[in-house]
Amino acid sequence: MTSFQLPTGAPGARILAFGHYQPSNVVTNDDLAKTVETNDEWIQSRVGIKQRRIAGPEESVVDMAVQAGGKALAASGLSPEDIDLVIVATCTQEAQIPNASASVADRLGIVAPGAYDVNAACAGFCYALSSAADAVRAGSARNVLVVGSEKLSQWVDWTDRSTCIIFADGAGAAVVSGSDDAAIGPVVWGSAGNQADRIFIKDRTGFLYQEGQAVFRWATTALHPIAKEACERAGVAPSDLAAFIPHQANLRIVEAIARKLKAENAIVADDIVNAGNTSAASIPLALSRMIERGDVPSGAPALLIGFGAGMTYAAQVVRIP
Amino acid sequence: MALSEQEILKGLGEIIEEIAGVEPSEVTPDKSFVDDLDIDSLSMVEIAVAAQDKFGVEIPDDELKNLKTVKDVIVYVQSKDVSA
Repeated sequence: MTSFQLPTGAPGARILAFGHYQPSNVVTNDDLAKTVETNDEWIQSRVGIKQRRIAGPEESVVDMAVQAGGKALAASGLSPEDIDLVIVATCTQEAQIPNASASVADRLGIVAPGAYDVNAACAGFCYALSSAADAVRAGSARNVLVVGSEKLSQWVDWTDRSTCIIFADGAGAAVVSGSDDAAIGPVVWGSAGNQADRIFIKDRTGFLYQEGQAVFRWATTALHPIAKEACERAGVAPSDLAAFIPHQANLRIVEAIARKLKAENAIVADDIVNAGNTSAASIPLALSRMIERGDVPSGAPALLIGFGAGMTYAAQVVRIP
Repeated sequence: MALSEQEILKGLGEIIEEIAGVEPSEVTPDKSFVDDLDIDSLSMVEIAVAAQDKFGVEIPDDELKNLKTVKDVIVYVQSKDVSA
């Protein structure tokens, strides 16, 4: 039997540009203290959040993804017609059908791309980024729009002070293209389905529930070895990292992983302070804002690690566009 | 050789200093983590994990909630210490 023809992919993949979007409505800790029994000092000491953004009732996961995706596309210098694959990482859509990615593509003028959603919860963006890099290297796509967009606010019980203080809304996006050099490192990913009952939404009318202490223990013990392995597999020492962008789950988880990673020269993303935990959106949102502020130079290596419900996790080193 | 009370106390002092910034001299057996040392439940999880690395004794969450004082942790570690 003769082998089928296969396309020739790019030798490597890189990120051309990022973009982000946050709803305009700012909700402070003092605002929350009016409706649930909590206070600013308690929230800041436990999760490190000062304020978060919450989408309006008419603002959807797709709306936010279109905003972030449009900015990433504009910054990349590519046209909508150059994009042939759109991947949206989300776990908080209003409904299961249709997917977000095809609608996002349509509204951005991207005609008939491959379009699928990824649900790996808060690890979703790193999964989607890895899939995008694989697609351009395999020749399945030339240019990919990768978006993380979440509206956690519509799945949170606003009378539950253990969750409503943490979760928020927003979107971040990246454009991935083929390149001669590998500027998106190999992914280290995995899951721990035996702990699936740690974070869940029971049914369609349910709210997001999480066992905070157990999740904290898992996140502060299981993930720094994954982060280190992602560095090793990319051939980058943790001390060479210019930035470390873990999922913005809780500032104390961020700090604990960073401390154990020993990336002493890296800026550690602390976007959660003003953005809250936006699940699959948190990494591209934090990194896009970091780049916008000029905190990290173009070409510098940055480590991403997403982790969340499932439990799922994924990490890779990327070069700052 | 089983770990002595002094060895565990010294190790705990180092752990608590790193995680919560408490002076090791403050960490004495009669101190309550929450009331005297101002350590919250998430820091207790980090202390439990670090104690496991240092003493080789696992402290699961459902046991951890019963350990209120420094002495409680010392007694727990000694009771589970496999080197004893």
